[in-house]
Parts: sequence; structure tokens; C-alpha cells
Amino acid sequence: MEANCIFFEGVRKMSLLFSSNLQWVMFSTMILGIAAGAIGCLSYFRRQNLLSDALAHAALPGVVVAFLLIGEKNMLVLIAGAAGSALVGAFFIQWITTSSRIKEDTAMGMILSIFYGAGIMLLTVANRTAGGNQSGLDTFIFGQAASMVRHDVITMAVLALVVIAIVTLAYKEWKIFLFDPEFANGIGLSIKGMNILYTLLLVTTIVIGIQAVGVILMAAMMIIPAVSSRYWTQNFGRMLILSSLFGGLSGVFGTLISALGKGWPTGPFVILVSACFFLFSLFFGKEKGLLVVYWKRKGQWKKLRTASPDVTPLMTKGVK
Amino acid sequence: MTYTLWILLTASLVGVTCGLVGVFLILRQMAMMADAISHTVLLGIVLAFLITRELQGMHMLIGALLAGLLTAFLVQWLHSLDVQLDASMGIVFTTLFAIGVILISTSVGNAHLDVQHALMGEITFIPWEKTTLPILGEIPKATAMLGFVLFIILFMIILLYKEWKITTFDPLLAASLGIPVLLLHYIFMGMVSLTTVASFDAVGAIMVVAMLITPAASSYLWTDRLPVMLILSPLFGVMSAFLGYFIAAWIDTSISGSMAFATGIIFLISFLFSPKHGLIMKSRQTEQLET
Repeated sequence: MEANCIFFEGVRKMSLLFSSNLQWVMFSTMILGIAAGAIGCLSYFRRQNLLSDALAHAALPGVVVAFLLIGEKNMLVLIAGAAGSALVGAFFIQWITTSSRIKEDTAMGMILSIFYGAGIMLLTVANRTAGGNQSGLDTFIFGQAASMVRHDVITMAVLALVVIAIVTLAYKEWKIFLFDPEFANGIGLSIKGMNILYTLLLVTTIVIGIQAVGVILMAAMMIIPAVSSRYWTQNFGRMLILSSLFGGLSGVFGTLISALGKGWPTGPFVILVSACFFLFSLFFGKEKGLLVVYWKRKGQWKKLRTASPDVTPLMTKGVK
Repeated sequence: MTYTLWILLTASLVGVTCGLVGVFLILRQMAMMADAISHTVLLGIVLAFLITRELQGMHMLIGALLAGLLTAFLVQWLHSLDVQLDASMGIVFTTLFAIGVILISTSVGNAHLDVQHALMGEITFIPWEKTTLPILGEIPKATAMLGFVLFIILFMIILLYKEWKITTFDPLLAASLGIPVLLLHYIFMGMVSLTTVASFDAVGAIMVVAMLITPAASSYLWTDRLPVMLILSPLFGVMSAFLGYFIAAWIDTSISGSMAFATGIIFLISFLFSPKHGLIMKSRQTEQLET
């Protein structure tokens, strides 16, 4: 609900200050934050937090190939290229993990660096060919939200809305998929199909985020809000909303702060705001926040001490 | 020595150093830690520059070592607070990297620090920046630093070989024998940081990740024995360096990028044709079982 409010608030603001480029950028980082926050929750419970990092890097060669094929910087085509190569990366990670003794994290690290290396090779070639350098391909890959134009923002917003819609509409299915796969089999919900859908949503969110925050920080947009929301609720639905809220707010405030200085990068500030939310949640969160844990422990100590004073010396060590 | 030879020598040193460290990295299932540290090293370098106001090998090495250890410590701390291990890596390294990028763009100004350059790395310029050392004469700075780090890594691996072996394969046994598992973990993370920063200067962050993980993973497909892995993995690293150099020369592109790509080619060959765990051998074995 709250995430929705933020969204409409953004739309309202945007129509008020239509001419300002800052509003466009803010809107795009906000909607990206919302989508990434939601998908991040799914990744969190699949224990695949760093998959987003690997796939964001793996998208690079696709972007350059798409650019080389059409010869101009068309956002939709670049996104399609990025998605294609990220999906190939995801397939390779899956293949290597299931058909050899290589563990998933090793496979992710390999695919990440090899694809990125291949991307850099292609990028060097692309920059050498006429017009490559002026195309702004570098700013696309390393993220520069300020360079986004209205057209880019609309493309991005539509895709992000599709992602958000699919997560919300299939809420029940996601829950079953994440927490009770056996039950899913029982009611005829295809785990394989859901897995494919999940990968598609993950890749879509990553590739639309690349231009705004860059390949390296895209992972943070997904991981940090999800983990932060975990400190406030045990309920999956509330966690989804809260995580999207954290993501969206980080996008808005990060963009605002980065607008204060000339040449300040947007992505890193968005991540920094997100990290502040995380630290706040870590200390003051009502579920397992450090302060709450400390208080609870203190209370238990007191109870124990009043109940049986002789055990106190035993408890000085290793109370958990 | 000629230009090409210096590049090949430097890249081979990266291959050997990363290959050795990588073996323990993947056996301890900490592959993504390489990715994390290779990014936070940037913050260490920036801070070292802001404090000393000069880009010098030793300062960078120390700054990066501290940044790497800080990463390892923060990841461990969050993990001890019940955050999933990969999530805590994801939080720590991206945040520290973001701080590094912000510092570069706000206060460093037009220093010779450039995020893009650092991440992609360009080995092409290595032979131009030379330094004079006793006995060896005039050699490139990056090569000297890599040689120094390789010496430290070799020394640490040989000195604590038994401890590395036990803590890697059976941490519980190691703990019950009174081996300081956590201390060794931090020493190892320090070694990873040293390796990363020395290679980072030469070839960029992403190639370090490729060189740390992929040759070790390839060697893991050829053998079950640790000593053999420790020989094969550096060898694959050197092979990738040479192969990458010639691919780059052939299509005229980024040398570091194609070296990272070359580690992938060697992995693919191992993945398909390794006599022990290769895909083709496995499918043949299942065929034999069926008949």
C-alpha cells in the first residue's frame, strides 16, 4: 500500500515539475528501487543474493553486441541484448553447478568475470569503430542516471511496472514456490515454470537498472532493502512492501543528494542511503534488531537471576 | 627485455599468485569473497591516496590490505548476526565500493584514479613505469610488486601448509585440535587482499576475479589432490595469460579482458574433456553402465 502511495506521489510530483530533468531521474531511480526491492525479497528467500551481481556483470557483452549490431544507442535494443546475455550467464551457472562438482558460488564468480572480460574485449572494439566513443556506451554500462532522457525513463518505468505487477498478482504462487515447493507440486504449480519466471523477472530488473546505477551497484539495490526489511517483520507480504518502500525511498533520497553537487554520481548515493536504512534497521529493527535482542537478553538474565541466584556465575560465559 | 616479454611476465605472475590463492578460495567455498574484496580494495586505495596524497606502491598495498580485512571482518560480523553469508557480502562490498566511488568523484579530483580504468585495468601501460631495484636492475613497478607479493604468498602457504589443509577440509577437526580457525581465516583474507591489490594495479579488478576463481576451478576438475591442484592451478593461470595475450594481439583489443576470457576457454576445455570429472567422460561412463 505504502509503496503504491510513494508511486502516485512520484507521478504527481512529476506532473508538477514536468520540465525538470531531476524529476525524471528521481522517478526512474524510485521505480527501479521499488522493483528491485520486491525481487530482492524473492532472491533472499531463494538464498541467491549474489546471483544478481553475477548476472549484472554477465549482461555486459550483450549490451555491446546489441550496440554493434544496430550501430546506435537505442535503450530498448541495449536492454534486450543485456537480458539475452544475462540469461545465457544464468543458464551457464545452472549447467555448471548441476553437471559438475563446481559449487554455485564458484560458478557465479567464474561467469561474472569471464563474461565481463568478454564484454570489455567487445567494448574496446566498439569504442574503436567510428562513433562508438561518442555513443555514451560507457555511461550506459557504468551507470549515470543523469544521462537518462525522457524516453529512457519511460521504457524503464514500463518494464519496472510489469515486474511489480507480476510480483503482486502472483503473490500467492510466489509464497508457495518459495516456502513449500512440495505443496506446489501437489496443487499442480510448476516449480520449473516459476523458476523460469523468477529468472526472467530478475534479469529484467537488473538490465533496466544498469543505466541508472551501473552493473556493480545493481546487486546492492536488490540485496540491501530485502535484508533491511527482514528486521521489521516476519510476514512475507509485509516484507515485500517494506523492502519496496526502502528501495523506492533510497532511490529518491539518493538522487536528491547527488543533485546537490556538480558531477556527483547518482548510483553510489542511492546505495549509501540504502545502507543507512540497513544500519538503522539492524540496530533498531523490531525483529532481531540489535537493541531488541540486547533488551530481551537482559530481561532473561534478570529472570534467571531472581529464580536461581546460584547459576549466575555459570552464565557469565556464552549466553546466546 | 622487450615490451611483450614484460607484459607476459607480469600477467604470468598474476596467474601464478592468483592461482595459488584461488585453490584455497574455492575449496573454502569463498569464491565470491574474491569479487567482494576486489571491489573494496578500491576504497583502500582511495583512502591511502587521500591520507598520503601520493600514489605509491607501498601505501596502496597497506591501504588495500586494511580495506580487504575490513571487508572480511564486516562480512563475518553481519554473518554472526544471522544475516545470510552471501547477503552480508553483497551489503558490505557494494556499500564500501559506493563510498570509494563517491570519494573519488567528490574529493580526489583529477588524480590518476579513475574507477573505470581501475575496474577494467590496462596491462598495456605496465612496461612504461619502471623502477630500479638492486641486482635485478630496471624493472616495471607492477612486476616488482607482484614478485614481492608472490614471495609472501608462497612463504605463507608453505609455512602453514598443514594448517591450511586441515582448516580447509575439516574446520571442526581443526577447531578441536586447537588450531585458531578464525585467525587463519583473517590471515587468508589478508593474503587474498594482497594478491588482489598487486594484480589490481596491473590488470584491473575483474581480471583478478577471473584469475582467482577460474584456473582453480579448472584444476578442481582434473584432480582430487591438493598438492596437484596447487601446481595445476598456477599453470592454468599462466596458460590463460599467454592465450589471452595472443587473442588480444590477434583481434586488437583489451589485453586484460581477453586474459579473463581465456581463463574461461581453459575452464570450458576442462569442463568437457577432463578425464576425471569432465562431461564427456561422465556421459561415457553412464553409457557403459547402461550396457
